[in-house]
Amino acid sequence: MALTDVTHDAQDFVPPAEVAEEELYHPKTWLGKYVFSQDAKIIALQYSITAMGVGLLALVLSVLMRVQLAWPGAVSFITPDAYIQFVTMHGMIMVIYLLTALFLGGFGNYLIPLMVGARDMVFPYVNMISYWIYLLAVLVLLASFFTPGGPTGSGWTLYPPQAILPGTPGSGWGITLMCISLGIFVVGFTMGGLNYVVTVLQARARGMTLMRMPLTVWAIFTATILALLAFPALLVSAIMMSLDNLLGTSYFMPAIISLGQQLDHSGGSPVLFQHLFWFFGHPEVYIVALPAFGIVSELLSVHARKNIFGYRLMVWAIVVIGGLSFVVWAHHMYVSGMNPYFGFFFATTTLIIAVPTAIKVYNWVLTLWRGNIRLTVPMLFAIGFVFTFINGGLTGIFLGNVIVDVPLSDTYFVVAHFHMVMAVSPILAVFGAVYHWYPKITGRMLNDGMGKFHFWVTFVGLYCIYYPMHYLGIMGVPRRYFANEGSNGLPDWIPESAQMVNVGITIAAICVASTQLVFLYNLYHSATRGKPSGGNPWGATTLEWQTSDTPPTHGNFGKELPSVYRWAYDYSVPGAEEDFIPQNVPASKKTGQAT
Amino acid sequence: MSVFRTLSTKPWVADRGYISDSHGFSSPTAKVFLSIFLGVITAVFALLTAAYFIRMAYADWQSIPVPALLWLNTAILILSSVALQWARTSARREQAVGVRRGLLVGGAFAFAFLVGQFLVWRQLGSLGYFVDTNPSNSFFYLITGLHGLHLLGGLVAWFRASLRLWRGADVAKIRMSVDLCAVYWHFLLLVWLVMFGLLLVT
Repeated sequence: MALTDVTHDAQDFVPPAEVAEEELYHPKTWLGKYVFSQDAKIIALQYSITAMGVGLLALVLSVLMRVQLAWPGAVSFITPDAYIQFVTMHGMIMVIYLLTALFLGGFGNYLIPLMVGARDMVFPYVNMISYWIYLLAVLVLLASFFTPGGPTGSGWTLYPPQAILPGTPGSGWGITLMCISLGIFVVGFTMGGLNYVVTVLQARARGMTLMRMPLTVWAIFTATILALLAFPALLVSAIMMSLDNLLGTSYFMPAIISLGQQLDHSGGSPVLFQHLFWFFGHPEVYIVALPAFGIVSELLSVHARKNIFGYRLMVWAIVVIGGLSFVVWAHHMYVSGMNPYFGFFFATTTLIIAVPTAIKVYNWVLTLWRGNIRLTVPMLFAIGFVFTFINGGLTGIFLGNVIVDVPLSDTYFVVAHFHMVMAVSPILAVFGAVYHWYPKITGRMLNDGMGKFHFWVTFVGLYCIYYPMHYLGIMGVPRRYFANEGSNGLPDWIPESAQMVNVGITIAAICVASTQLVFLYNLYHSATRGKPSGGNPWGATTLEWQTSDTPPTHGNFGKELPSVYRWAYDYSVPGAEEDFIPQNVPASKKTGQAT
Repeated sequence: MSVFRTLSTKPWVADRGYISDSHGFSSPTAKVFLSIFLGVITAVFALLTAAYFIRMAYADWQSIPVPALLWLNTAILILSSVALQWARTSARREQAVGVRRGLLVGGAFAFAFLVGQFLVWRQLGSLGYFVDTNPSNSFFYLITGLHGLHLLGGLVAWFRASLRLWRGADVAKIRMSVDLCAVYWHFLLLVWLVMFGLLLVT
């Protein structure tokens, strides 16, 4: 950073803006304060706890799936129907009800107002309603476990016609409740999402220009816009499928003979559903990936005590990735059959998306380069994210090409790819973020030893899980299969030794899953018995660490909103007293600015 | 363009220590909120239109007859929008009577539109055009239904604004609500005109 280039035309001190007393709703009852709260920070915790609770269920489902794959038939209640129901619910819960809700509803709610220097979201009441509607969506989804036939077993992609035909488990109540739950989720999310976007646009503190915003805010902001534009596709397809299912329309249902009977449907297009679904589904990948990008940028910069490399390019890359994510969706449909020119188009756009993504990866690595790296737990998770994201991203380049995708489609290679790139990577970012911001939320540090144990078992363990899956996939082991004709539950053409791999994966999965209990215990234990953290334990520059109280009270910043004088990444500025200068420090203090 | 200028600033060099008061849009927050929400609704109807065209290309598509009542409903919706615009203009001029009349007439016409749409459904049903008879019927019911639901949501906002006015709130205080209602009404009118046009030409 060429600091000598700085022209000193800055005002030395700017008096704080006249901030009118904001009309915050101050609840008087316990119920209004902690349950029906309109404070974005409480709503964030409600979102996070609900999401993590339902995510825990999805984790258990995945372990059950692994147990069946390693030791077919060992657990009696894992029937073929139950297995595919677990697959479906695991996928849907993890993608939508955990990751989307946690990143946008959880981190978005907590971090946006604090990081941009606002008192709260712009419409706190709508924000509160958003959470309760999300909770309703979760409850409707969970209710499907208790209906006749159980939850839907159509795969998380819910492809018709099989999703609503009697051969598929949960084709009655299950799929109906799934569609209703998704519809409710979209409505609730839209209420929250509008809040996040408008808060970033309208409620920033004085001096917080768009290009001074932390990358976390940029990323969550862009991801929310993607979600607002993509979720309508899910809503529309859920409604249309429900009408096909309940009222006998034929949007998606072709003429079909099911269980020997000609059904009333005719002429519908299953591929139309796929287009609608993936028009939502691909942006969804970036809805969970972009916030992870932003958070990791933050963590790397703070814990390497170095400004983020190429801030502008990072912002541009976020925006470009967001835009491109809407023109790649059909790469999920190569095997559905399409005009070869379309395949060519979608393969090209898919590969182009690697350019801004690679820029981000280079910038992360260059941020670390010659930084004062502190291997704190959040930093470990952030570096783990970069590794894992590179691995998952590279196999994406394989699968983005039609001719490579066709033979690998529906094998474990695909499972390995998308878990690495959009399941495990974002979860690593989530863990990093929790370890990083937990001191702000509770005022206490998480236990370091437990954190390191959690990191290493999770990080090494997930490589033990997903690396071998690539190998299984290349051998041709199909995904979503309960068991096959072969003696070991694998297809006949697969060598016996592959089953050993399956057993190994399952053991690793059980280890990783049970280690999450350590994490949960750490969250619980440290909330009361952790080391007091103080207001800014990491020496970070962004506004959430400059609040007068920790944890921040309702209204976030005490009497006066902060004024922002600089970007979010003034770390190790030459000549400055400390190795960080908070965003709200005016230029007159010794800031290392050339004069 | 200012977007590009904003995105090309170098926050680490050019303006360190400098503060500017200009940020955010100059329009009120509620209006920005509504505009983005209208964007989301646009996405819903744009996707429905795309699905409509894709499904239309299949052999079994038979166009649904357009009942004459739909023309009347369209006229009613236009009147509803005009009345709300009247309320909006009156609110700007702080003329309470105009706001009251505009809101009342606008709301009444909106209700009439919804009833009219329901009658169209009944008419089509009695002629044997049910939701599952043909994909064009399915789309017709879906599009009119979703549009009606959005208008119903608008009526909730309309009701709250009217209630405040009738309970004696100052015109200046509900000016924003009236403004937002009018914008939302115009938008739904536009959506309806596009959807109606789609039905007419296909």
